[in-house]
Amino acid sequence: MHRLPPQCKLLAVAAFAVVVVATPREALWAFAAYALMLAAVAAAARVPAGFVLRRMAIEIPFVIFAVALPVIGLGERVQVLGLSLSAEGLWAAWNILAKATLGVVASVLLAATTEPHAMLIGARRLRLPALLVQIATFMLRYLDVILDEMRRMRVARESRAFAARDVRHVPVLARSAGALFIRSYERGERVHLAMLSRGYTGTMPVIDDIGASAAQWATAALLPVAALATAATSWSMG
Amino acid sequence: MHVPDGFFNAPVSVAAGAVAAGGLGLCLRGARRELDDRTAPMAGLVAAFVFAAQMLNFPVAAGTSGHLLGGTLAAVLVGPYTAVLCVAVVLIVQAFFFADGGITALGVNITLMGIVATVAGYALFRLIMRAAPRRRAVVPVAAFAGAALSVPITALAFTGLFWLGGTAPLDVSSVALAMVGVHVLIGLGEGLITALTVSSVLAVRPDLVYGARGTAAPLVLRTAGGESEVAAPPVAPAPAPGRAGLRPVLAGGALVAVLLAGVASFYASASPDGLEKVAQDKGLNAQEQDHPLGGGPLADYGVKGVASERLSVGVAGVAGVGITLLAGGAVFYAVRRRGRSAQRARA
Repeated sequence: MHRLPPQCKLLAVAAFAVVVVATPREALWAFAAYALMLAAVAAAARVPAGFVLRRMAIEIPFVIFAVALPVIGLGERVQVLGLSLSAEGLWAAWNILAKATLGVVASVLLAATTEPHAMLIGARRLRLPALLVQIATFMLRYLDVILDEMRRMRVARESRAFAARDVRHVPVLARSAGALFIRSYERGERVHLAMLSRGYTGTMPVIDDIGASAAQWATAALLPVAALATAATSWSMG
Repeated sequence: MHVPDGFFNAPVSVAAGAVAAGGLGLCLRGARRELDDRTAPMAGLVAAFVFAAQMLNFPVAAGTSGHLLGGTLAAVLVGPYTAVLCVAVVLIVQAFFFADGGITALGVNITLMGIVATVAGYALFRLIMRAAPRRRAVVPVAAFAGAALSVPITALAFTGLFWLGGTAPLDVSSVALAMVGVHVLIGLGEGLITALTVSSVLAVRPDLVYGARGTAAPLVLRTAGGESEVAAPPVAPAPAPGRAGLRPVLAGGALVAVLLAGVASFYASASPDGLEKVAQDKGLNAQEQDHPLGGGPLADYGVKGVASERLSVGVAGVAGVGITLLAGGAVFYAVRRRGRSAQRARA
């Protein structure tokens, strides 16, 4: 799983997400099947469950929204545990929860088994606009540098006994953001000049290209094909 | 505000994906005009800045804090095309590397937060810059207005998409009211932070602020001397692409206006009961605090009680059409101005 070419994994995850979203929400068993497929992938890739669970925390705000849906939703009401809930809202909450969770787990597995650099190579192999891939490359390459600069500014503020408590402190933080922008922009100019001096002509040289064999494509296609079969069954049943 | 998988149905996701792809294509061409061969490193670093700025938490009131969305800020600082690209790259990276925002909802996210928010904010900014006297002090004020209004406009656009293909069974007009109501507040914070950040950059490196280029004409003369006068006359090639890009934008704006008017008036007349029912059992606006990192979607979908439903719906409808017309007109002016300011920028 870790060794599969990134472009195969990218396409597989995207196709899987599309199939999941296109599945009717009444097909409960289909979603169970999807969850099993992802569990199989995680097992094959030896990604620990705890890692996936921690990364799923990003989903929490929408979980709260989904929990609120049955209470605020329209349509006929049903009695569940003494609460009057909207039946339509319950279905919608299930729909969002199930599909969002499956999508998040698929993305987490992709990110866990693929280095950012490899992901960008995959995106380039998939013929995404070269400029877009380059921008993403530079963003990821310098993200840690910029975040470090931001952290140093925070340390500097706090070592001068600054603590942002209410809206009167916003100007200080905004000046930090302004300084951060100037530093980022000037760094960009320096990087560009350094690239020019090394012969940059608008395209990045391709040093490490990863080709994909038919067998690897077939391996990567297992997940979306299995999902598609499940979805097709649920469509024909519905 | 990152929409996850499954929130919108498949047709809307696909259509938004097509809109996002088209918009990104346009912006890739436009960014080349703004930055030439510097596009990749500069846009990359500005994208990293936007990502970092979104992590900077700003205290709002006791205990709660908000964070920047950054589209309008980036547009004022580096130009609208580059800004849309940067926000889009940030969203793509968040979706694929941090699992924040669904992969199938990527089109929706890019369309709303990248294209609609940035274009609306920057268009309003340009409109005010055009109407106001040509002074540098106007720039933060215009940035405030642009950023503050871009957030509720994005909320309205979200509601439009929700009406077309949302999977949650909520009354559209109440969603519109709640979204706009909450986002007016969020927008005020966004506007404040944007204006202060822009003014602090203006104080140190005014030459870096893209939005100040067109209006601060005396500044250009002072720093660049006679050079700018030499390069000013050739105003031939740029207007053509600008005008070609105008028509779809205007048509889109008109379409949105018609849709919004249709939604609001339909629900005002057809289902006051539904709205009333929803309004009374939703005191959910307690969840307004932004999630520290992700920009809590609950803030976006928390629903606010409404005192008089007919009045509110009417106001929402009128406000919707008014804001949309305003945004459409602003886009018109912005696109027309862009050609000229790009020329001056090159000078």
